[in-house]
Amino acid sequence: MGTQKTALYDYHKSLGAKFVPFAGYEMPVQYSSGIVEEHKVTRSNAGLFDVSHMGQLLIEGNENLATELEKIIPTDLKKIKLNQSKYSFLMNEQGGIYDDLIITKVEKGFIIILNAACKNNDFKIIKNALGSKFQLTLCKNLSLVALQGPKSSEILEKTINGISSLKFMNGNKFSYNDKDIYITRSGYTGEDGFEISIPNQLVEDFAKKLIVQGVKPIGLGARDTLRLEAGLCLYGHDINESTSPIEANLKWAISKRRREEGGFVGYNKIKSDMNGSLARLRVGVNPEGKIIAREGVKIFSKDNEEIGLVTSGTFGPSVNRSIAMGYVKLNFSKPGTKVLLEVRGKKYEANISELPFYKKNYVR
Amino acid sequence: MSDKKYSKKHEWVSLEGDVATVGITKHASEMLGDVVFVELPDKGKNVEKEGQAGVVESTKAASDVYTPVTGEITETNQSIVDDPAAVNKDPEGASWFFKVKIKNKSELDELMNKADYEKFAKENSN
Repeated sequence: MGTQKTALYDYHKSLGAKFVPFAGYEMPVQYSSGIVEEHKVTRSNAGLFDVSHMGQLLIEGNENLATELEKIIPTDLKKIKLNQSKYSFLMNEQGGIYDDLIITKVEKGFIIILNAACKNNDFKIIKNALGSKFQLTLCKNLSLVALQGPKSSEILEKTINGISSLKFMNGNKFSYNDKDIYITRSGYTGEDGFEISIPNQLVEDFAKKLIVQGVKPIGLGARDTLRLEAGLCLYGHDINESTSPIEANLKWAISKRRREEGGFVGYNKIKSDMNGSLARLRVGVNPEGKIIAREGVKIFSKDNEEIGLVTSGTFGPSVNRSIAMGYVKLNFSKPGTKVLLEVRGKKYEANISELPFYKKNYVR
Repeated sequence: MSDKKYSKKHEWVSLEGDVATVGITKHASEMLGDVVFVELPDKGKNVEKEGQAGVVESTKAASDVYTPVTGEITETNQSIVDDPAAVNKDPEGASWFFKVKIKNKSELDELMNKADYEKFAKENSN
């Protein structure tokens, strides 16, 4: 299987993108101004991200569909309102995470946004769980772009009338060049912003409309530093098939009714984690100096007991210091706990920190 | 000060007497992207040609810095440790990494001149 390209590939090239292979796609990692500049402009103005590599799965069906999906997705799909989005996941029997996702209730059923590297496997898992009763479509005719940053609403409103009235984690159908597009107020940066699902043949024209208004194109590099400052998990790194949602500090994403009633794959682990068997927790880690603690760095207690592992780490351009997240044994997870990080054979002082590192400005 | 010489590992060397100043090339700094962390060798340490003599990290990844010459570290540039972003601003000037009292001047003959390095960098940038 060769490397795939998104519909915006040539446009990225014309904007000076440097590409990297990512989940089977050639994706822009950065443009000419560099990751730090792209990060900062997203926080101060607005940035445009091509996330068309992600899966857009449409599942068509009625109330029965919600009942069936609840068996594999631990959010309250009976109470979810039309056009409301929820962060959730697919789990294995051991309570590990196959993928994290955003599920939105739409008129026809549900739209689920999936990670690029997981989408084909997710499709199989969901298809197996639902059987042949419902129509599943991984929409290859659709692109997905994210407009993120404090000026996003003001800028997008000029092109798409009415979007500024959307609330965080809510979406709606809009029209662009007489075609239906679907926009949600959501993102992966810790900023206000929108994710726009749009037919492939319209996406370049749409992107250009935003770029001429001063929006900067942003690559995967800054997407990573932005999400890490915002304390958001990157699948395959901070969460995976051997981390449970409770260990990952994502208990908030499991609806209260579902936590109490269960009835979904992986519930046994969730239940035991919530009832005292939780052994480790995902936390923020603040190195005291400039040292960068990347994925795989071991975390030690002050007494040199190995207590955990860093799963993501970088320099946070907006907080202007080194930041990381990882898992530590439960009794070392309290913010303020002093720990040591082993980088290239030397130990460096760090503190367990609350997440996010960067406070959000969502429109609720 | 003599003209700069360049290594295949993207370091530059400038010799004054028997003290060589070493840094990373402009090309290397551009390939790395925004530098966010620099680690330099201790003063007094003996380093071997092509041996590891520091670390430079960008938002993307960590890379080793090698010394293109053998000798003793006599000075390091603390200003780039305090402000790593300075490496991107002036990699072949104010943002040098360390100075080495060299043992064997002929080691420099094995390095490239500017024109050859630029050709090499262009061919190896993808």
